[in-house]
Amino acid sequence: MAANLVATVNTHKSALRRRQFLLLALFLLLLGILPFLLSNYRVFQLTLAIAYAIALLGLNMLTGYNGQISLGHGAFYAIGAYVAAILMDKFGVPYWLTIPVAGMVCLGAGFLFGLPALRLEPLYLALATFALGVSLPQILKYKHLEAWTGGVQGIVIAKPDPPPGLPLNQDQWLYFFSLAIALVLFWAAWNLLRGRVGRAMLAIRDHPIAAEAMGVNAALYKSLTFGVSAMYTGIAGALGAITIQFVAPDSFNVFVSITFLVGIVVGGLASISGAIYGALFIQFVPNIADQISKSAPWAIYGVLLISFMYVMPMGIAGFIRLVRARLRRRFNHKD
Amino acid sequence: MDTFLHQVLSGLATGGIYASVALALVMIYQSTHLVNFAQGELAMFSTYIAWSLINAGLPYWAAFFLTITIAFASGVAIERLIIRPVEQAPVLALVIVFIGLLVLLNSLAGWIFTYTIKSFPSPFPEKSLLANTYLSSHELGAMGVTLVVLVLVYVFFRFTPLGLAMRAAAQNPESSRLVGIRVGWMLALGWGLASAIGAIAGMMVAPIVYLDPNMMSGILLYAFAGALLGGIDNAWGAVLGGFVVGVLENLAGAYLVGTELKLSVALVIIIGVLVVKPSGLFGRVLVTRV
Repeated sequence: MAANLVATVNTHKSALRRRQFLLLALFLLLLGILPFLLSNYRVFQLTLAIAYAIALLGLNMLTGYNGQISLGHGAFYAIGAYVAAILMDKFGVPYWLTIPVAGMVCLGAGFLFGLPALRLEPLYLALATFALGVSLPQILKYKHLEAWTGGVQGIVIAKPDPPPGLPLNQDQWLYFFSLAIALVLFWAAWNLLRGRVGRAMLAIRDHPIAAEAMGVNAALYKSLTFGVSAMYTGIAGALGAITIQFVAPDSFNVFVSITFLVGIVVGGLASISGAIYGALFIQFVPNIADQISKSAPWAIYGVLLISFMYVMPMGIAGFIRLVRARLRRRFNHKD
Repeated sequence: MDTFLHQVLSGLATGGIYASVALALVMIYQSTHLVNFAQGELAMFSTYIAWSLINAGLPYWAAFFLTITIAFASGVAIERLIIRPVEQAPVLALVIVFIGLLVLLNSLAGWIFTYTIKSFPSPFPEKSLLANTYLSSHELGAMGVTLVVLVLVYVFFRFTPLGLAMRAAAQNPESSRLVGIRVGWMLALGWGLASAIGAIAGMMVAPIVYLDPNMMSGILLYAFAGALLGGIDNAWGAVLGGFVVGVLENLAGAYLVGTELKLSVALVIIIGVLVVKPSGLFGRVLVTRV
């Protein structure tokens, strides 16, 4: 953990270096070209992966940077999705306006949930969030809320059209719409995490008592982190709902929360780029497992998951960091 | 009053199941300080082994003890082969390995034994000895078995040298190694015991909930809640917590909100308790030295 902390602080303290800037520009260029090369279905999958990346970034703030384990972020994802769906279906709100509303609702919900959760030890917090993840689908099905949530049937929403004049089809438009939101959120997270707030979050994770002694308001930071993390996940949920055009209680079971946790650990804890690797993993690896074995795809998934942790216990981002450090050391020796 | 008694008693019966899985969770926690998410699936898989043995013509109790032996051996094997190589990895990486194990076992069981729901025999007579209308003889028998297991676990940890060595290995691995305890093997033994207890729990649950690959998913959550409610470092507390969760769930379902939301209500109550008593009802309060 300590080495990890030093590494994150170092990379974040120095603002984007030139080579990183070039890499980032190349990556963005690739993201811009991709939807014109792939089939509509692949574009749809990538749009979902973008939504997952935002959700994972939110969870990573809480678990990776702040050390609070959540097994219930699927609940915030569901709340975001339902806020978007209800606003669009019952009130005729335009789809782009539902995104900030979903974010605000989840910010409030996350902050309120974070307040009592402060008192809990890590394992007990895991239980409390797990309980949230398990009970939310039941609440969504509850018959007195059916007028809003549509009960077990869920809500079907219309696919948004691209603004007139743009030479894009619906899938491509949604992709760029999600990508734009993701870019803003990633930029905001990058600024938040490498500054004063981010260091306070890391300090609370690594040594809460020392952090408090240095004047960090642990209670406030922890619940705020919970709120911001829920906000990211809620926005991702709204984007996911608009992309899939359908919400139903059973698509937000506790497995979603566990998948998010898998995503951040496989991608790399306490790393912003880890959210992207993790999103690609949880979006595409189940498909790959399905192609390897039709009869027991989840067995393949389980084996893949375990072997991933064998090879890269620090996640993909940690692995890349390790390889780069080794390469740099080798080159320095030659000089 | 009559229905109230009925609700409490049938809550106790399901609580007994949660209690035995909670006991298995505590076993792993005591020896490794980790919560094993794959515990329920391990129990489910062992129950399938018992089912195959009974179908192959073995008498019930022979299959029962053979299954426990197999479960113990596979628990040890899993620790040695799968968990040991990642022992030094960060905690969350280990949790992911557990989740991987969970989906792996679940999918394997579905693949080998199919997803069709199977009935599982009960070892207890149809006619209850203690004739009453509240509890079936199987529910009564299952509670008895849970209590026997609890007493055995208690005696093992309290009065045998091996149990003492296991507790020592969990509390202070370095010093234990210095006095000659093989810490690695103690962990493997803990896994074996937890797996065996899980197998017993699985065989006791299966006649009630029927045998299918997903039979343990709900039970594991309740057991987890029960273990934490009682205090995860305390076997007696965990068992009591399991019973309390069973009764609470039933009462909430009958009197407060109906069956749809009973799970949510039970969990809210548990979290309420935990906010007031953060280390569980009977857990030791850890004081950290700065």
